[in-house]
Amino acid sequence: MKERTYYRIARDKIFISTVVLLCAISIVPLLLILYYIAINGISAINWEFLFNLPAPVGEEGGGVSNAIIGTLMLVVIASIMAVPIGILTGIYLSENKDSRFAGMIRSTVEVIMGVPSIILGIIAYAWVVLPMRQFSALAGGVALAIMMLPVIIRSTEETLNLIPNELKEASLALGVPYYRTMIKVILPVGLSGIITGILLGVARIAGETAPLLFTAFGNQFMNLNIFKPVNSLPLMIYYYATSPYEQWHVDAWGASFLLAIFVLGLNFITKLVARR
Amino acid sequence: MTNKEDEKKGSRYERNESIFQWILIVSSIILLLILIGIFVTLPLNSMDSIKEFGLRFVISTDWSPQKELFGALPFIVGTLLTSFIALLFSIPFALSIALFLGEYFTHGIISTILKSAVELLAGIPSIIYGFWGIFVLVPVIRMLQIKLGIAPYGVGIFTSAVILTIMIIPYSASIGREVIQLVPNDYKEAAYSMGATRFEVIRQVILPIARSGVLAGIILSLGRALGETMAVTMLIGNVNKLPDFSVAVPEGFSLFSFHSYVTLFDNILKGFLDGVFSPSNTMASIIANEFTETTTDLQLSSIVEIGLVLFIMTLIINLIGRYIIKKTSVM
Repeated sequence: MKERTYYRIARDKIFISTVVLLCAISIVPLLLILYYIAINGISAINWEFLFNLPAPVGEEGGGVSNAIIGTLMLVVIASIMAVPIGILTGIYLSENKDSRFAGMIRSTVEVIMGVPSIILGIIAYAWVVLPMRQFSALAGGVALAIMMLPVIIRSTEETLNLIPNELKEASLALGVPYYRTMIKVILPVGLSGIITGILLGVARIAGETAPLLFTAFGNQFMNLNIFKPVNSLPLMIYYYATSPYEQWHVDAWGASFLLAIFVLGLNFITKLVARR
Repeated sequence: MTNKEDEKKGSRYERNESIFQWILIVSSIILLLILIGIFVTLPLNSMDSIKEFGLRFVISTDWSPQKELFGALPFIVGTLLTSFIALLFSIPFALSIALFLGEYFTHGIISTILKSAVELLAGIPSIIYGFWGIFVLVPVIRMLQIKLGIAPYGVGIFTSAVILTIMIIPYSASIGREVIQLVPNDYKEAAYSMGATRFEVIRQVILPIARSGVLAGIILSLGRALGETMAVTMLIGNVNKLPDFSVAVPEGFSLFSFHSYVTLFDNILKGFLDGVFSPSNTMASIIANEFTETTTDLQLSSIVEIGLVLFIMTLIINLIGRYIIKKTSVM
């Protein structure tokens, strides 16, 4: 009897040790990735790197300014399209909880959420690149906007669902029309949640490469025209990392560092905003 | 006078009211249109290849732009192999993290650290995983391959599966944690009061209740693995062939010689390792690699058809996962 108990306790101890061990092992890759990016990335970064254009192979002092600007452009284009539609759809879903149409839209959002990003690239290619006969920042923005939408819609809906009904009722009881209640009372209360959603959406798309391969395409030069191809940090990392040139690998580490800081920083800010 | 003004104001409000409602509905409809657009665009742009190859497309192994022959089987196999190996690897880790955060250490500094670490893992862009993989993981795998006595490519199915494992752990782990936390305390306390150890509570109370939710998390992470592009594209080796698992029958094989069986077993093991470590291509990676380099319309439409197949596969996997989650949450 006693032995049986010892056996059971031992089994329990062995199990928790295994769990802790496996958890520890799964953090190792994270530490390694962060370590390599920090070690190789920081040494690659200087003023020239941030403000210069890419240099031809063999020349020193190339930078990634076009990729930084391109990434920001793509994020802004995608946000301009996705934020209004996302917030409005989120409002619609939280205001019509039980309607059949809303249920359908909810499933639609879930399906779009699961579409692999490379396929959104094909879609944006067919919708924007083919008719305009040119790769463009706009096409990249469309692909990214579709990726961003579900995140914004979900967090808007969830945020608004948390706001007590009494608030809305109080406003309506004072004779404020419904749309003004939504805009002036409900949205401001849910603002931090909605902003969290937008930031999460930006964090989701800022590091994306696959949908940009055949939409934004990449560009060695600075470009501010949304109807022309632009470079972006992820695209640049892809092309540089798969190139055979030593100097480009160094630049890719630098770009990875910038991208990691940007994306992980966004995630961090999101948490701060959400906590408030 | 004031009455009239009020009336005017009232009708203006009513008008704005209906405009507002319409805007909400229209934006929802846009979403629906996007999805319908995806459903229509993919088949429309792969019509050539669908007409040309029909069902042969998914069972043919020949992918050669020169001969104008396109079959997607190597990529389907490559996708399934990388994803399922990754899934297999990820399950013990994801389950451990889920139990650690959902049961053993729900609060406190250690759990905050692990939780943040998992969130960071989920936040790192896939291009960085791929880049890191090329320069850190590939040399390690190459060393492993030399030890095992197989061709030291470094890149291949196994390498991609390892990076995919790291990438999908956060998804199944976070869903698993949520489900495990939902298990009612009463059940656990009942088991403890009868003298059960923690392990027994986990195995006989928590996991049976949380089972379908954990499963759903694993299925959803499979959906991610199937569609993952960049990291895999950089690490898979980009070879448009079916992975070769063939086993050489040893020379002079005799049914009655023990030595023959030893050699055969060796060959089976070697064939398996050769297959698992061989360079390949997935559906997502072939699209990423060849989309802008197509020479004929037929090739382009074949690549779009691969996208269609990938879309349908991930759609089915995701729907199954969501269905299970919905059923669980009703409980």
